[in-house]
Order: sequence, then structure tokens, then C-alpha cells
Amino acid sequence: MLHTFVAYVEDLPGVLTRVASLFRRLNININSLTVGRSERPGLSRLTLVCEASAEAGNRIRASLYKLENVVDVDDIAKDPAVTRELALIKISATPRNRSQIFDLVEVFRARIVDLTSESLMIEMTGVESKIEGLIEVLREDDGRILEICRSGKMTMRRGHHTSRVLKAMDAGGEEATEEDVDPVASLEERVTGESE
Amino acid sequence: MKKIDNSEQHAHLTTPTRLTGAEIVWATLAGEGVTDVFGYPGGAILPVYDALRKFPIHHVLVRHEQGASHMADGYARASGKVGVAMATSGPGATNLITGIATAMLDSIPIVCITGNVSSKVLGTDAFQEVDITGITLPVTKHNFLVNRTEDIAPAIRSAFQIAQSGRPGPVLVDITKDAQQGTAVFDFAAAKPRAYRPHPMLRVEDSGLAQAAELIRNAKRPIILGGHGISESGAMEQVRTLAERAQIPVALTLLGLGAFPASHPLNMGMMGMHGEAWVNHAIQEADLLIACGMRFDDRVTGSTSTYSLKSKKIHIEVDPAEINKNIKVDVALVGDLREVLEQLLPRISGRDGSAWLKTIDASKGVASVRDIKNLPDLGHLYAAHVIHDIWRITGGNAIVVTDVGQHQMWEAQYFHHEHPRSLVTSGGLGTMGFALPAAIGAKFACPEKEVWVVAGDGGFQMTAAELSTIVQEKIKINIAIINNGFLGMVRQWQQFFYDSNYEATPLISPDFVKLADAHGIAGRAVRTRPEVESAVNEARSASGTFLLNFLVEKEESVYPMIPAGASLHEMIRRPGKDPLLETPDDN
Repeated sequence: MLHTFVAYVEDLPGVLTRVASLFRRLNININSLTVGRSERPGLSRLTLVCEASAEAGNRIRASLYKLENVVDVDDIAKDPAVTRELALIKISATPRNRSQIFDLVEVFRARIVDLTSESLMIEMTGVESKIEGLIEVLREDDGRILEICRSGKMTMRRGHHTSRVLKAMDAGGEEATEEDVDPVASLEERVTGESE
Repeated sequence: MKKIDNSEQHAHLTTPTRLTGAEIVWATLAGEGVTDVFGYPGGAILPVYDALRKFPIHHVLVRHEQGASHMADGYARASGKVGVAMATSGPGATNLITGIATAMLDSIPIVCITGNVSSKVLGTDAFQEVDITGITLPVTKHNFLVNRTEDIAPAIRSAFQIAQSGRPGPVLVDITKDAQQGTAVFDFAAAKPRAYRPHPMLRVEDSGLAQAAELIRNAKRPIILGGHGISESGAMEQVRTLAERAQIPVALTLLGLGAFPASHPLNMGMMGMHGEAWVNHAIQEADLLIACGMRFDDRVTGSTSTYSLKSKKIHIEVDPAEINKNIKVDVALVGDLREVLEQLLPRISGRDGSAWLKTIDASKGVASVRDIKNLPDLGHLYAAHVIHDIWRITGGNAIVVTDVGQHQMWEAQYFHHEHPRSLVTSGGLGTMGFALPAAIGAKFACPEKEVWVVAGDGGFQMTAAELSTIVQEKIKINIAIINNGFLGMVRQWQQFFYDSNYEATPLISPDFVKLADAHGIAGRAVRTRPEVESAVNEARSASGTFLLNFLVEKEESVYPMIPAGASLHEMIRRPGKDPLLETPDDN
């Protein structure tokens, strides 16, 4: 199954290598990885998507937590969440066939962000299938797509969810008891993917 | 071991003082309670060595950096404290790696400190530059690259915390030469790492404890599987209480030996590949396994698809990543073993386990009759006899440090360990060459204890250069080389699984007694059983290190044995009848 891990990691040199190296060691291919600043100074937030067995999710999450620079790990699995991807697509377009592209962009609720006499650039945000849809339509015309740049997935749980680990940290985590910092459902629930 | 007056040194620890990075390294180590460091100098760590004379720490010069990391490891295993190894950049650092990986696989707390080239030339392929933090990333619990003097003390203090906390492991601190040469205000207290954060997935719930207690209460055929976690956590009393109160027999992993007394009536001995057939059979027949600080390693389970299918399983383990990794369990109590058992024990009441114990006892049958330790030597010198004799003569009170191979398994079978930390052996990585340096480390950790090296002729030669270290340090250990002229365990596999094609396993060795003599170490060759006792006593009573070269039977094999990947009940039996599978009732 597809696992989506959202992690807060320390913003330090080599941290991404440690995360990536864990997946390399487990012989798991990373489908998508996005990293950027989070709402917390000194912590980056990453979304990592990979294919692994349902049982593996718990172990991957536990192993991620064993990395000293990893502060919080959430396995989104099948829980309600918003997932978005950003794509920049450069296509060849002359003044003659531009209007056709404009229509397409309108239909897909994308945007034109650059325009020259020979090419234009489309920016599109959405779920993977929508972006795939636009690309597919653009591909119908051979040689039209010049470049594609995709961000990979970014995921956030729906609702007022904040990790108990992070909450405990805000409260001066040192004193937090294990029960307070435990953010997970039981192992069994994890494996079956039920939400907390 | 030199005595150092350390009275004035505490000033550094209580009053913030401006020091060089090199001085900060030693001051921090001293503050962490380090008294001995195993290392080898070189260009990129020279500033640190230059500052050594000012600090109350004894440095042991090794002959190869692999020896340094193994010594730190042996020190940690024998004492429970953090062992420290030190090396220079480049080849010095890479030579540490085998020892670091050995410590990683067996969860041993060591801290390795390496020098590196100046931060200005990092990444330029400078002389003796190697990306040691990159190289050791998968075999350390964590590592640090320090290129600022003010970061040295916090990094080393964090390293000590990480190495010892949760599931212990090795940590490497790589310090650039300019960071060693620079100065900073050293404030030991301020360099304290933030409070240790337990793994957020530790989980010991009332419901889990209740479930575990219920399973134990209702079990008809329970077994406790005891591992390395018992001694790491210091849960010897708790495991013993659980076993005695609920009358549950205890089987141990290789690294669990000693954590539950061998002489205890509930002790079944070692499980797994070279455990007794009746032990493994009992595990297959059990209806409840209580795994305490062990990780269902493949040497313990054999084929996981046929492993103990009739049992419910309770897993008490400090590392959440071990839960359901190899064997799916029914109840996971994820936390420190001793703490979990303290919570569980009040829920455990007396239980009559006599029927199951009787069944197990009956299943031993006369398997022991064909056990070599009970057979006459008939003029041969068998390794099993040698090791059993050493156990008998030392009263089992020595720390035994083994290498890897047949002698290691015979040690596990025939030296009966009563106390935790009395067997030091590389279980997870199976590192040949481990014994001699690890024994030196163990001796520094426990100078008052009798320390024995038990090594094969192959493994001993891998790190034999450390004999010089023994002489230079004037320490006393006893060395038993089980010399069969073969890489014995590999030969055994060739015999069983490769049509006795003894490719690259016959082995010419130097005369080990002369080799010892060349180092100024006394020694003696032993060729017959009647000589064993006097030889062992001669070694023990010698004032210095003594080497015994036991010229044993060449083509003996370790029995019984589960072929790799086979099921626990499919053991290769001891010779005597046809070489059939051994079952517990098979006489």
C-alpha cells in the first residue's frame, strides 16, 4: 500500500541523508519527497510517500523516530487529509495555437505564469490525478511539452489535528509523560490503518 | 594501569574556563566519568593527543584501530559503562568501522572520537580525509561532525546520552583539526544535552499488561525467551521473579546467556541454531512465548513461517521498531524491560507449571547421553572438553570473551554462565577477531576479574597484533586458542551443505606459543585431555598473560544444528546413529 509520512525534522546539514538512508537500507523506493520550512523555527516539515506493506508502516515510523534529528512522525495512511502537488509545465505554443491552451488551462483551473512568442508556462496545483490529467491532454500533441517540474506531494491532515509530540514540546516537553507524548493508536489500529 | 591524581582537574568541570578544543575533548570525557580510552594517534587528532597529559585519563595504545573499537566494546559489555575509542582521520577512522558495526548489531554503548582535516579543506580530498560521518551513518546510532570548538563539549555529551539511552548503540564524534586547535569557554554543565526524550512510540498500557497477565495465567505451555535486554536493562531479578512465581522455564539467546543463572532449575539454556533440540522443540510446542529483551533474530527462529505456530506471543522490548519485525506478536509491551516487568509482576500470581516442566524434562530423554561433554575423550582432545574443563576449573567465575565460530558455540553450550556480563561475544555481526581486543577492554573495565579469551586459530590471527598492547599495558588475561587447523565453522558448513568441499578453510598458523614468546608472553601447547587441567591452572597462576594453544580434533562439528533457514524442529542431530534429524525423544 501507499504510505504517506509527514515528519518534522531538525533543519541541519545531513538530516535528509539520514532519512533517505533509512529507506535505502529498508530497500524501499521513495515515490515522492517534499521538504520545506514549517511553522516551527529550526524544524523542517517533510512529506514522504512510499510503497510498502501495510505492516511495514509501523516499523518505518518507529525507525524514523529512532533518528536523532526526527522530532515528529505521522503516518497519514488512509486518514482524511488534504494532499496537493504543484506542477510547472513548459509547452511550446505560438500565437496561432495559444488560445486552445488558454481554454485547457481554464478547464483545469491552472494558471499561465510565463508567456513568450514560442512557449508558455503553466502552473498547476492539485491532486496527482488532476495534474496527470492535464499532462495527458497536453501530450496528445506530440512535442508540445518541453519541460515538466513537479513538486511531489504535500499532505496535511484535515480537522484540528496537531501531534501530541509537538504539543508536549510546546508545553516544555521535558516534563511530559509518555502517555502525553504518545500520538498513536494502538499497534493493531496502525496496522489496519484505522484512524485514532 | 597508571594512577593519576585528578584532584585539580575538577576545576574545569565546575568553573567555566577557556580551553582549546583538544583540552575540551578530554575535559568533557573526564566529566562523563571516562577513565580509559583506547586509541591510536595520527595527524588529524594530534592536538587532542598533545593535551592528554593534562587530564586524568589513561590512554591505551592499540595496534590497529579495529582493536580500539572492539576494546571500547568489550569495556562496555563487561562494565555496562560507555567505552571510548579514538582514532585519526582517514584510514584511522575507517579501521574503526568493523568494531562500530559490531557494537551496533549488539546494541553496545560506545563513543568513537575521530579527528578530521581542517574545516577549510573538508570535502577537498585532503590528505587522510574521509567522510566518516557519511560512511558510518548506517552503523551508528547517531554521529556528529563538529567543526567549531564551542560545539565539541555539547556533541560529546550528547553522544554519551544517545549511546546509553533507550536501545544503546555506538555514536561517533568527528572533530575537525581546526576545531581542536581553536579555543572556547568550556562549561561542562551548560554543555548538558536537553533532557532525553524517550521514543514516542513506547507504550505500556494497562490493557496490554492485563492481557499479558491473562495469557500467562491461562498458559499451559509457556516459555520465557530471555535476551540481551535483560542485562542491558538490569532486569535479572524481575525475570527471575516472573519465572519462579509463574513456574515458567527460561530459554536464552546467545547474548542472553548469564542474565538468568545457568544452574537455575528453570533454565533451559540456549535456544536457536545450536541450542539443544529439546529446547527448540519446546518452543515449537509452546502455547505462550514471553519474549524479554530479544528480537527474534534469524539464528533464534530458523524459518519464521514455521516458528512456534501454536503459541501466543508477548513481546517486551525497548525498541518499537522491533515489534512485529520478524515475528508477529499478540501483545507488545514497548518499554524498558525492568520497568515493564515491575508493572507486570504485581498482576502475576503463583501458578502450577509442573505438568509442562515434566513434559520438557521427559523430552530431554537421553539426548544428554550423546552430548560430547559426557563422553570419554578416548585419547582425543575435543574442543568441547577443553571449554567444559575451563568452566569447571575456573568455577565459572571468569569473564569469557569469545571470538566467532565453532569455539563460540561450544563456549555457549559448555561454559555455564551464572552472572550477567560474564560472556562477551559478538552475536549479531559475528565478528572474527573480536575476542583478543574485546578481552583487553573487558580487563580494563574489570581489573579484578579473571578474563579468558576463547578464540579459534582463524579469528585469533585477525587481531593477534594486540598481544603487544597486552604487554605494553602489563595486563593479565588468559588466552585459550582452540586450534583445529581449519576455519572450523565454515568447514562444518562445507561438510554439511557443500559436499565436504573444503575450499579455503584449511589454515596454516604460526606456532602460537612462539608467537606469544616473541611478545614476551608465556604459553604452552596442549595436545591431550589429561594436560588440560594443569595447563589451565598454570595459566591462571601465572602473573602475566598466558597463552594456551589447544591442538584439538580437526574435523569436529558443533551439534545439534538447525541449517540456516530450516525450521526449529529440523535439527541436525549429534552423531551416534544415522545422521538424521534430531527430535527431543530421539535417543
